Amino acid sequence: MPATPLIAYAHVGKSFDNGRVVAVDDVSLDVAEGEFLAIVGGSGSGKTTLLRLANRLIEADRGQIAVEGEDVSRVDPILLRRRIGYVFQSGGLFPHLTVAGNIGITPRLLGWPQPEISARVDELLDLARLDRAQHRDRLPHELSGGQRQRVGVARALAAKPRIVLMDEPFGALDPLTRDALGDDYRTLHRKLGLTTVMITHDMTEALLLADRVAVMRGGRLLALGTAAELARNTDAYVGELLRTPRRHAERLGALLPRDASA
Amino acid sequence: MSDPRWSEALAHLPDYLGNHVRVSVAALALGLLISLPLAIIARNRPVLRGALLGLASIVQTVPGLALLALFYPLLLALTAVTAAWLGFSFSAFGFLPAVLALALYSMLPVLRNTITGLSGVDPAVLEAAEGVGMTPRQSLTMVELPLALPVMMAGIRTAAVWVIGTATLSTPIGQTSLGNYIFAGLQTQNWVFVLFGCFAAAVLALVVDQLLALIENGLRNRSRIRAALGGLGIAALIAATLVPALARPQARYVVGAKTFTEQYVLLALMAQRLQAAGLPTTTRAGLGSNVIFDALAAGDIDVYVDYSGTLWANQFHHSDIWPRAELLSELKSTLEKQDITLFGELGFENAYALVMPKTRADQLGIHSIADLASHAATMSIAGDYEFFSRPEWAGIQKAYGLAFRAQRTMQPDFMYAAVASGEVDVIAGYTSDGLIAKYDLVALADDRHAIPPYDAIVLLSPKRRDDEALKAALRPLLGKIGIAEMREANLRASGNDASSSPDAVARWLWEKVGGK
Repeated sequence: MPATPLIAYAHVGKSFDNGRVVAVDDVSLDVAEGEFLAIVGGSGSGKTTLLRLANRLIEADRGQIAVEGEDVSRVDPILLRRRIGYVFQSGGLFPHLTVAGNIGITPRLLGWPQPEISARVDELLDLARLDRAQHRDRLPHELSGGQRQRVGVARALAAKPRIVLMDEPFGALDPLTRDALGDDYRTLHRKLGLTTVMITHDMTEALLLADRVAVMRGGRLLALGTAAELARNTDAYVGELLRTPRRHAERLGALLPRDASA
Repeated sequence: MSDPRWSEALAHLPDYLGNHVRVSVAALALGLLISLPLAIIARNRPVLRGALLGLASIVQTVPGLALLALFYPLLLALTAVTAAWLGFSFSAFGFLPAVLALALYSMLPVLRNTITGLSGVDPAVLEAAEGVGMTPRQSLTMVELPLALPVMMAGIRTAAVWVIGTATLSTPIGQTSLGNYIFAGLQTQNWVFVLFGCFAAAVLALVVDQLLALIENGLRNRSRIRAALGGLGIAALIAATLVPALARPQARYVVGAKTFTEQYVLLALMAQRLQAAGLPTTTRAGLGSNVIFDALAAGDIDVYVDYSGTLWANQFHHSDIWPRAELLSELKSTLEKQDITLFGELGFENAYALVMPKTRADQLGIHSIADLASHAATMSIAGDYEFFSRPEWAGIQKAYGLAFRAQRTMQPDFMYAAVASGEVDVIAGYTSDGLIAKYDLVALADDRHAIPPYDAIVLLSPKRRDDEALKAALRPLLGKIGIAEMREANLRASGNDASSSPDAVARWLWEKVGGK
């Protein structure tokens, strides 16, 4: 693993309601440059809070978070967010802006000249596999769920960030669309040399897309490792999370033999 | 359409409509200027939001007429303060109080819809705005306001319609508006005027509403053409109403009148005399009787007719009653101290009188107010809007020990019909009213002189004190109008046909009193 991680959480804690609800409890976690990390956990496990601490959508109570080597508490949160891509659950697109308007929003906030924004939007439409002529001037409500999420990804990448944070990006999509989008994103991640942190409650998706998987439960980091490393973990909850993908793999393996002649 | 009242109404339209548009647009603009920032500040502050909406709702429950009337004394007090402390004063009459009251009136729909619109924005979208790196201000201008716009515009349109409708009530505080048709029409039973005023106000409200809808539609669909067309329409409306105002010569004689038939006739009579003398003249009719004296003292109007007893009791708060001549000379010197000229008496008296049907009075053997006292406990009395709060009424009650079973307030022109039909038993009528003869009524004698004399007197504003041209034009009227002529003039003016317009009656009256 490289010497300086791109995102580093050190003993980070966050609670809500005057300490009554502990969302993140003493979590330390490094994300290396170029890594694709998935954070898996049930609702209330603290995974979303952990993600949002990185770009200060939520402020930490305790501990330190460093992004690209800088302590985030000393950075202007607005500028921090503009240099980190963020993909929201089910898109989070601005309903009154066109596809182009949505994709170009962060460059616009950064004050890029209009022709440059326009060229960048076209570039991103291609990257996100959206047809320029057909989609550029559409409004979000005219798009399918999958197309919306492709726009969401394109918007996150618009200002050429090194880091992308994704909050259950494919959760609301049908399985086929979800699969295609996941694969396409994985390709982009590699091609653009991104560092990605993705939240999901679906262990199968996490295993298929990510380099490493972090398992959260009750605000604590329960396990962290590659698929093989997790498989050796003795924790009962981790075992339970892995049971479904394992069973699916076995069932599918049996149902779809390689030499099927049907 | 051959009725000349239509063309008369049409002749007033540029003036009335122009003033109406100007006061409405100014009020709406001021209302938006206050409400929009307030709503934006309050949207995330529940306590402030509740307080603001509560306050705006309370304002809304105040009847429009009262709200408008309240601003007049308020500004009058304020202008006294600024004159004393800052060395300048402003007119508390007409435009300013109307704009302030109407602006206040426009606040509720704008505040409520802006707050509702902003709080209706999907939290996921707000989160996204923060996530892509917007500052709170950028989030507001780039995301929240555009998304709240349809709801906000609905509020603005409601406010516009309310303001245009309520602006008709600014006539009594001296702001010319389409309400001039309605107030004058109601007083002189000129239904053509009433209809014309209502119709014009409704059309104006619809036009403005549709122009705002066009702007809204343009903004929502990001069609610059539509938004520009709507904006252009509003601008054209304002420009069109400004043209006649600019073309009009500035130094004009302003003749004022209160809100009843006789005043409309006398206003027309004086205006005709001034115009005949070649003096440019405008009129401000339908002024509240508490507003009109202050307006004269402030120089907002130049001349009007008041009644000695009214000034004596209401303006100068005398409770004792002096004989006619002494009261007049005392009044004259009191007015002089305020630099107001009591130019002279017209000749007739328009006193309050307790009036009842002649046949019933004879049956009961009632000839004077003293005779009425023993029957009062079973009778009801009606008076105009101000009578029962006037000191004269307290004086009459005290002098004769009167206590009626019930008292009702009525539009003056309906009182006579009400007493003639037995709806009420007695009314506080006016001695110069032609309806007394028409309905065969009798005015009861005031043997104990509880009711002061009410000589009709012409008052001139301070700046017209030495205006010989004005005085020469009005002098032929002094002492010439007797009670019989005025009664007949009032009776004619209460008719409902073309010859009953104040202008026509004033011409008749001029011929009658010796003009040519």
